[in-house]
Amino acid sequence: MADLNQLTIAEARDKLRAGEVTSAELTEACLQAVEGAGALNAFVHNTPEIAREQAKAADARIAKGDAPAMCGIPLGIKDLFCTKHVPSQAASKILDGFKPEYESTVTQNLFDAGAVMLGKLNMDEFAMGSSNETSVYGNAVNPWRRGNDDTPLTPGGSSGGSAAAVAADLCLAATGTDTGGSIRQPAAFVGITGIKPTYGRCSRWGIVAFASSLDQAGPMTKDVRDAAIMLEAMCGHDPKDSTSADIPVPDFEAMLTGDIKGKKIGVPKEYRMEGMPAEIEKLWADGTEMLKAAGAEIVDISLPHTKYALPAYYVIAPAEASSNLARYDGVRYGHRAKLAQGDGITEMYEKTRAEGFGHEVQRRVMVGTYVLSAGFYDAYYNRARKVRTLIKRDFEDVFAQGIDAILTPATPSAAFGLGEMSEADPVAMYLNDVFTVTVNLAGLPGISVPAGLDKQGLPLGLQLIGRPWEEGDLLNCAYALEQASGFVAKPGKWW
Amino acid sequence: MSIDKDTAAKVAKLARIKVEEDQLEALAGEFNAVLGFIEQLNEVDVEGVEPMVSVTPMRLKRREDVVTDGGMQDKILANAPDAREGFFAVPKVVE
Repeated sequence: MADLNQLTIAEARDKLRAGEVTSAELTEACLQAVEGAGALNAFVHNTPEIAREQAKAADARIAKGDAPAMCGIPLGIKDLFCTKHVPSQAASKILDGFKPEYESTVTQNLFDAGAVMLGKLNMDEFAMGSSNETSVYGNAVNPWRRGNDDTPLTPGGSSGGSAAAVAADLCLAATGTDTGGSIRQPAAFVGITGIKPTYGRCSRWGIVAFASSLDQAGPMTKDVRDAAIMLEAMCGHDPKDSTSADIPVPDFEAMLTGDIKGKKIGVPKEYRMEGMPAEIEKLWADGTEMLKAAGAEIVDISLPHTKYALPAYYVIAPAEASSNLARYDGVRYGHRAKLAQGDGITEMYEKTRAEGFGHEVQRRVMVGTYVLSAGFYDAYYNRARKVRTLIKRDFEDVFAQGIDAILTPATPSAAFGLGEMSEADPVAMYLNDVFTVTVNLAGLPGISVPAGLDKQGLPLGLQLIGRPWEEGDLLNCAYALEQASGFVAKPGKWW
Repeated sequence: MSIDKDTAAKVAKLARIKVEEDQLEALAGEFNAVLGFIEQLNEVDVEGVEPMVSVTPMRLKRREDVVTDGGMQDKILANAPDAREGFFAVPKVVE
């Protein structure tokens, strides 16, 4: 039998219900795996006492029967989620020492369902990054390597710790958040599944805000079934988030039939980027063939404004970030700079924010400040919002033509080496999100599914994009793709 | 449009982030790289297009205008770097 920490959520649930295993045993196996995986730097605040207590409570609940699917399942939680009395600092120095007095709605939903928290997971500072290299905790490391080459690779970002932890079996699954691709890109880089639901599915309450009109939470799991189970537990209407949708949450798992006969899958020509590696091109073609073989109809489609998604994103996201991050002023929580004799409140703000924010966060806050400043608001911010309208319209048009889901690559490359992009200009790093960012701008659900390995032995992912609120249908398409690709590779343990 | 050192200093000031004088040149360069990328948006014909306000068309819910929360001064102050006598403490603001 596989070690307990290697189980999927569905396997663990069935064993828990059958009385073959206890949550306490699952939790100990994961805690031990976490203990031995310091080299991955995935977990940054461990909470073994909370985990053991929650596991005990879960076992009691399971013994009584009628426990929900997530009951007793050990999870890792991205540091962006506020967790009551547990450090929650968005991987930033400016939130050093912050212990929230409240629980985020998503983690509360998971705990209400009986889930167990092993600890908090590494990420890019304030979720700004695509490689987990902007974290105050240092880099998280991808459990995958290029064959026998021991160059440390990025697990992607911003949910890099979540990706590394799930791929390395340190936990059964993890929470992530996605503003421009931060669930789907890391999931693709480590060979796991990650879904960003429709904007409004998950409450954003208690999740440290980056760009409020784009941020969504979602699960990062070992397979599609687990994504369905965990997503259902995470989402739902929340009066504390006025953008959370007051619509019923379906039984996503029950919708996984694998039957996609007659579904129309769109393949957008604009995603065929110049200079795209041949392996990505082939993976995409293979995925298209798999869906076709499963009975889907493949349709060539056009999303004409795709090219403008990244530049629009790099106006809108920094603009919202500059507003959201204005709250870090050294007054109410976190870090405050030591002041010199005679320093007033302005010096306190300026020194605190210079010391507390890392380089990438400072850059984005200032870019955001610039595009919102008098004289530039129309030229940059309003223009970007108009382009966003056009990007969304592109998707509405193809859905109106009867397209059920859209297939694209998840990332333009496999995982790259840590530090390899440090000399490049910031825009080169931003290109990592070229296939994912359109989905956030249009508020749509998107899922990344591992679909193959490149010639260096690294995982590659495909992305499926669905209609708004139809995560169930999307998960079913992803399930069919998963079954057809038969991806089961795991990283060899070196840590 | 190209951002010079003075504009970079002004933006840093507006963002309330202290940037040392000798860093401003590099910062202006980074701004220009990002803004150069953003300039592509000028190619798009946005005539008559409404700027997006809400990505999912929904009417914001309303609720009764009543107090739903409060009376937790200790919790509010629990994470403050400097709290005294029930208040957040900051350097002198008014001379």
